[in-house]
Amino acid sequence: MASLRLHQFVARHVGPLALSVAAAECVCLAGASGSGKTLLLRAIADLDPHSGEAYCDEAACSATPAPAWRRSVALVPAESQWWSQLVGDHFEHGVADDWLARLDLPAAAMTWQVARCSTGERQRLVLLRTLMQAPAVLLLDEPTGSLDQENTLRVESLLADYRLQRQAALLWVSHDVGQIERVAQRRFTLDNGQLRANGWR
Amino acid sequence: MNVIALSLFDLALAALLILALAGLSHQLRIGSERQLLVAAARSTVQLLLIGLVLKLLFANADPLWVGLLATVMLAVAGREVMVRQKRRFVGAWGFAVGTLSMFVSSFSVTVLALLLVIGSDPWYAPQYAIPLLGMILGNTMNGISLGLDRLTQDAADKRQIIDSRLALGHDWRRAIADSRREAIRVGMIPIVNAMSAAGIVSLPGMMTGQILAGTPPVEAVKYQILVMFLIAAGTGFGTIVAVSLAARRLFDERQRLRLDRLRQPGA
Repeated sequence: MASLRLHQFVARHVGPLALSVAAAECVCLAGASGSGKTLLLRAIADLDPHSGEAYCDEAACSATPAPAWRRSVALVPAESQWWSQLVGDHFEHGVADDWLARLDLPAAAMTWQVARCSTGERQRLVLLRTLMQAPAVLLLDEPTGSLDQENTLRVESLLADYRLQRQAALLWVSHDVGQIERVAQRRFTLDNGQLRANGWR
Repeated sequence: MNVIALSLFDLALAALLILALAGLSHQLRIGSERQLLVAAARSTVQLLLIGLVLKLLFANADPLWVGLLATVMLAVAGREVMVRQKRRFVGAWGFAVGTLSMFVSSFSVTVLALLLVIGSDPWYAPQYAIPLLGMILGNTMNGISLGLDRLTQDAADKRQIIDSRLALGHDWRRAIADSRREAIRVGMIPIVNAMSAAGIVSLPGMMTGQILAGTPPVEAVKYQILVMFLIAAGTGFGTIVAVSLAARRLFDERQRLRLDRLRQPGA
């Protein structure tokens, strides 16, 4: 059970804005490039300076130690980053084999060299890396940006199950109108630093 | 064992070599004759000045004056570390990181050596304190500037990786650990090389100077070994302190990577 709430939230040219994402809800965020979608997600994860406050349930960001906040309010960046040679080195808590299978990855993926993975494989692995930490809130920056249609649907279905089983709150940046139709309960457009509601599904 | 005193004429002969080199540089249009002559003139003036200062200081071993000269040496070394950084910290930190860590390492290593190893009387006797501090500072300065330069360069190159690790909930220590380790290793390379090559590839300058000035080789060698160890300790500890301070300063109180605290190269 976890909700995300923003109050008087300002990060550079974005805001001040208020936003609530309920437990088990998925809110999609669209907007032209440069409108500050990535900046907003980074600031919610407390990776960029900001003013105002973010709450995960009742816990205020500023009152939570930064690493603990980022573990529960987890950002999955658009570009995957790796610091060790083997994929498995980046999974401290191992990985659930059925999750690997659902994203069409073999169990042997943990022994792969990062350098030999395709962009699409890396993007799916990075998502699993974060999911294995069991975050309460997920901030997804175009999580299917480099995936084909089939794998996009696989990721959407895994995230939907995660959201319902863990009652997680999802804030999902996407350009794909079809995807927004499929995954979002509510959606907003970020325009001129403000959120414009695009109505309910 | 008497020293063969050098006359002005002897030094002028050596200076002719520099003039000849500058002439050749001009002839071949290499264009470094100006720099060469300025540097030669600078080193002559600086060395003559320090010779006079030391002469005064030796005649009059007041701890206050020794401390003052040591402070000036530290400040100059600190400035040197700062200007050699491609991406130095903005504001007072740019000067403080290097200076503070040189103060911690070089001063404590020098005092330790004077008190426990050499046992000069008084312990701050300038004949020992100043040359020792100078050699340790000079080398520590190199290690620290190499280490800091590598750390800030690495943090800028790996910004996205560090951010990703922070996003996974790693604390700042873990997120920067690889760059920090690498930077300290780079800072220690010169002194490790110098110790490995000492006596075979190169005859260290201090020892050579002592032998030229008439000290028995084995005594000169003993001093050189002592100085090598002190330099290695000063450089090693200094680099660790400087790189650790800088790594901490790269993150704010919310453990965000703050590259805006570094000056952009070329700015």
